[in-house]
Amino acid sequence: MKKIGSVAAAAAVALTFSVQSHSATLDTVKERGYLQCGVSTGLPGFSNPDDKGNWQGLDVDVCRAVAAAALGDASKVKYVPLNAKERFTALQSGEIDMLSRNTTWTLTRDTTLGLNFTGVSYYDGQGFMVSKKLGVSSALELDGATVCIQAGTTTELNLADYFRQNNMTYQPVVFDTSDQTVQGFEAGRCDVLTSDQSQLYALRIKLADPSSAMVLPEVISKEPLGPSVRQGDDQWFNLVKWSLFAAVTAEEMGLTSANVDQMKNSDNPDVKRFTGAEGDFGKALGVNNDWAYQIVKQVGNYGEIFERNVGANTPLGIARGLNALWSKGGLQYAPPMR
Amino acid sequence: MSSEAKKPQAHSTMPNNKPLFWNDPEKRALFFQALLILAVGGAIWIIVDNTLANLEQRGITTGFDFLSKPAGFGILQSLIEYNEQESYGRTFIVGLLNTLLVSGIGIALATLLGFVIGVARLSHNWLISRLALVYIEIFRNIPLLLQIFFWYFAVLRALPNAKQSLSIGESVFLNIRGLYIPSPVFEAGSSIILIALITGVIASFFVSRWAHKRQDDTGQIFPTTWVNLGLIVGLPVIAFFISGSPVSLEYPELKGFNFRGGITVIPEFLALLVALSIYTAAFIAEIVRSGIQSVHHGQTEAAHALGLPHGRTLKLVIIPQAMRVIIPPLTSQYLNLTKNSSLATAIGYPDLVSVFAGTTLNQTGQAVEIIFITMAVYLLISLLISVFMNWYNKRMSLVER
Ligand SMILES: N[C@@H](CCC(=O)N[C@@H](CS)C(=O)NCC(=O)O)C(=O)O
Repeated sequence: MKKIGSVAAAAAVALTFSVQSHSATLDTVKERGYLQCGVSTGLPGFSNPDDKGNWQGLDVDVCRAVAAAALGDASKVKYVPLNAKERFTALQSGEIDMLSRNTTWTLTRDTTLGLNFTGVSYYDGQGFMVSKKLGVSSALELDGATVCIQAGTTTELNLADYFRQNNMTYQPVVFDTSDQTVQGFEAGRCDVLTSDQSQLYALRIKLADPSSAMVLPEVISKEPLGPSVRQGDDQWFNLVKWSLFAAVTAEEMGLTSANVDQMKNSDNPDVKRFTGAEGDFGKALGVNNDWAYQIVKQVGNYGEIFERNVGANTPLGIARGLNALWSKGGLQYAPPMR
Repeated sequence: MSSEAKKPQAHSTMPNNKPLFWNDPEKRALFFQALLILAVGGAIWIIVDNTLANLEQRGITTGFDFLSKPAGFGILQSLIEYNEQESYGRTFIVGLLNTLLVSGIGIALATLLGFVIGVARLSHNWLISRLALVYIEIFRNIPLLLQIFFWYFAVLRALPNAKQSLSIGESVFLNIRGLYIPSPVFEAGSSIILIALITGVIASFFVSRWAHKRQDDTGQIFPTTWVNLGLIVGLPVIAFFISGSPVSLEYPELKGFNFRGGITVIPEFLALLVALSIYTAAFIAEIVRSGIQSVHHGQTEAAHALGLPHGRTLKLVIIPQAMRVIIPPLTSQYLNLTKNSSLATAIGYPDLVSVFAGTTLNQTGQAVEIIFITMAVYLLISLLISVFMNWYNKRMSLVER
């Protein structure tokens, strides 16, 4: 699979003769009538098909927000499931318009892969999950452990650093998909499963007996997860970036999918600009002026997205923590929409 | 050859009337070949140039500088010293060696198993030949990937955990983490054993030559196989005891989470090796069967009529002739096995595709360079196997007098 992806990417760069500075993704998406969005192959809470085959999750909602902004309809998305190794080549080769797949924003990725990260949809950090039977309560007790990880992730690099720093040895067992990683952990091939903490909670509910495993307290890295787009198309870059900011701004302003229709008629100039009743923000971004209204109406504000997919009342039960608004002690912050 | 033969002829028949350039088929052919080379070269140049321009324009890093940058990730199995501070270039070597390891051992096992089953298939014993047939039909017709999954997920995943390992005499352990066997520790003075081994090999070479000559001269047969086996195994064993057993064994021991010490054979390797060998052996068995059947039965009868016993008939008459039919298709099976080993990535065995065209590609993002190197390496391995097998084929082919 991944080989085909890489070969396709290689062929794509080799054979596209038209060296354009703007391959206008937005026009392509509008013409096509739907957005092609790269997501994971199945990670509950982030991007996972439900039992009817509808994709759901926080990363999926980011795709939907962009579709709502670009096309006025959040449901006009085609999801392309990608494992960690396939994701960047899929974006580079144009197989997808944007990648929204729990992907960490790093300097190397930003500078060498020909892509741009548009923001942070979830602040995360890498952690460890062990079986309770192992009797371990800290990651520092893991010397000599066998660790299941997924190939092509930042996880692989952080793990090596952490064990080296602490003078511990480990054996990495590297799988291509999260399903295989979970299976390996469950069957006892590994003592430890390591990944971003949010994903550990997500993968834990995939275990036959979730209560048999626990997540260790250590967080060993910064993993800002966010959407990314191809480099060199600023219009599209702006739209994806501001779609996420719009969801955060809506939460700051107290706009929700339930009250946005009613608030639309308020006299508050901020709200008026936001919903497109005033100003030309949509035009500046190349979309309809009610783009932000559509995001909130159809997908919800950031808080709603968070709570619906990974929040306290979901199987993942994650607290807002770092992902609370900046005004509530978290890191989620949007530049002013004006 | 034919062109050389034609040349003088063309000149001798028309000495004064030199044909025009485009009327001389030889020159015309040369011209078109040159044209083709130019066109292909030009096309490659355009593609390379265009690729580089496009990559740069898209902000994707190019070049081979990454090979010397630190890799930063760990690899489960390595035949050479490796840690995560080593370079990406090193990960290439580690992956390549892992590919060669599983392919090399796989080829040996598949050949052995294939020959046994191919011969069993022709057995006069009804049960044995049926069993061989069933083996061939089952393993030849199930996709290899499924077989790999079967061995890895169904068989090896069913093994107990480290604390409940299956063990043989507290020295060999088998559990879900792999197979643990004692490793030899060579102490001072153990080099004499190696010297004895080399002496044994050289001696057996001369014994063979001498025995051959003696047989040619006197017609007497010398039990070469047994004597040579005695030399190759016996000499090192004697050296071992004379020098006071300088080789000891390090036994695997359960410490902390896993066994430590000894040699660990990871289950990913075992599953891949078993699947590749069993699958390829089914094809080799059929090749062996057809090879043996291609030798006319009259040959056996003639050999028996000359008084050759059955074993020597097989060794001197049937097998040499069968080999000529067997080797060419056997070569393609070896190539298949090597290329199929790249399915390793499906179960996480760190082969070239999994480590280099997988993790390294993903960490560096340099798909074009890495896929190019990887394809070139598979091509090179395949060519080397072909060259070797062609050489062997020539050696085995009928020497006509
Ligand atoms: N955030 C990290 C890791 C992301 C990652 O791939 N995590 C795994 C968790 S084991 C995953 O989501 N797998 C889902 C899939 O392969 O579809 C990165 O960007 O490299």
